[in-house]
Amino acid sequence: MRLTVNGEQHDLHSPPLTSLLTALREELDITSPKAGCHQGGCGACTVLVDGEARRSCLLPLAAVDGAAITTLEGLGAADDLSNVQAAFDEHYAAQCGFCTSGFIMAATALIDRTPKASREEILAGLSGHVCRCTGYIKIVSAVEAAVGSPA
Amino acid sequence: MPATSLAEAQVIAPTSREEAVGAFGDGSGVTVLGGGTILMPEMNYGRLRPERVLLLQNAGLSGIARNGGSLTIGAMTTVAELEQAPEPLGTAARNVADHEIRAQATLGGNLCAPSGGATPRGDLQAALIALGAQVKTAGKGGERTEPIEDFVAAPDGRLLLEVEFEEPQRSGYAAAHRPHAHAYTILAVCAAETTAGLRVGLSGAGRNGLRARSVEDALAVGASAEEASQKVLDDAQMQDDALASAWYRQRLLPILVQRALDDLGGGK
Repeated sequence: MRLTVNGEQHDLHSPPLTSLLTALREELDITSPKAGCHQGGCGACTVLVDGEARRSCLLPLAAVDGAAITTLEGLGAADDLSNVQAAFDEHYAAQCGFCTSGFIMAATALIDRTPKASREEILAGLSGHVCRCTGYIKIVSAVEAAVGSPA
Repeated sequence: MPATSLAEAQVIAPTSREEAVGAFGDGSGVTVLGGGTILMPEMNYGRLRPERVLLLQNAGLSGIARNGGSLTIGAMTTVAELEQAPEPLGTAARNVADHEIRAQATLGGNLCAPSGGATPRGDLQAALIALGAQVKTAGKGGERTEPIEDFVAAPDGRLLLEVEFEEPQRSGYAAAHRPHAHAYTILAVCAAETTAGLRVGLSGAGRNGLRARSVEDALAVGASAEEASQKVLDDAQMQDDALASAWYRQRLLPILVQRALDDLGGGK
């Protein structure tokens, strides 16, 4: 099976029913997608599959053969953050950081499909993501700020 | 012998409906993977080690087709695509999990998923029962079409192909949820009136979606919504689970039935 991850092509050798999450972390050593619950309940593993936010723990490799995957590593660099990453930084939207990459990927996809997302649309769009530290206020504020900022 | 590791599973990815039906055969030893939202956790945790997996995403089984007043929906259509479907199906779809899950979960998975053990699943079942949907499946003995309430009671050994229903003249919906995107619905009641009459469907009142014939029959002989809603307990098969007790559901269900009937507009 072949995947393009953050612009780079990889041939994968994990069994076809391995989750995309496990293959990214353990075969390709791409560790921003976090293994929170392995059952789609927490959102920490969210990546972009052909531009759309998906839980990587719920996708078997066989179902994404040939797809283009974007993880947090593919969004920006420390000196060149994406607008969502920069907004999370400016609004102190991370505490322990475990949920952060999933939130940033989901918010990136949300803004892509709803460029003028309202606060209600942000809440609905991120509702499957769990943060156990911050209480969400700063996360939602960061995404609101990113909605208003140029990409 | 069941497989003991994921690496041993044979994965078949049919590229047409005919190929999918052929590969499914009589269903023995075949695990059908739709969107994966229910089966992947089972495999991730090692609770499921399938022998043969039928991966349906390229089998040409997705999409919504309108033909006059009726809709045909393919088994691999995502729950997200159903968000704009006629009511009460649209509302039921919008109440499933969150955006990412809805974009991956399929109609077929929702109708075929076994009861989760801890909780009943299949939020779309009540809506499709109310709509009087007919289900087309393949398996032993070839293709067959049957009412959805019969199919969800015994889906084993059948490959779901599509669901067909008539757009209703009016519809109603009432549900009790927990305030978290991922909890399954505690109870949902759907009502819809088509040219075939008024039907009432229930989710969460048994191991699978149920049709509330006692309520329908009471309404048909002139009972008020309030009187008819009490009859629902004759149809329910309540159980205790992780979401709520049978005791609680018994008290809640008649109230939700009445709300769904009132939501029809005009009541009856």
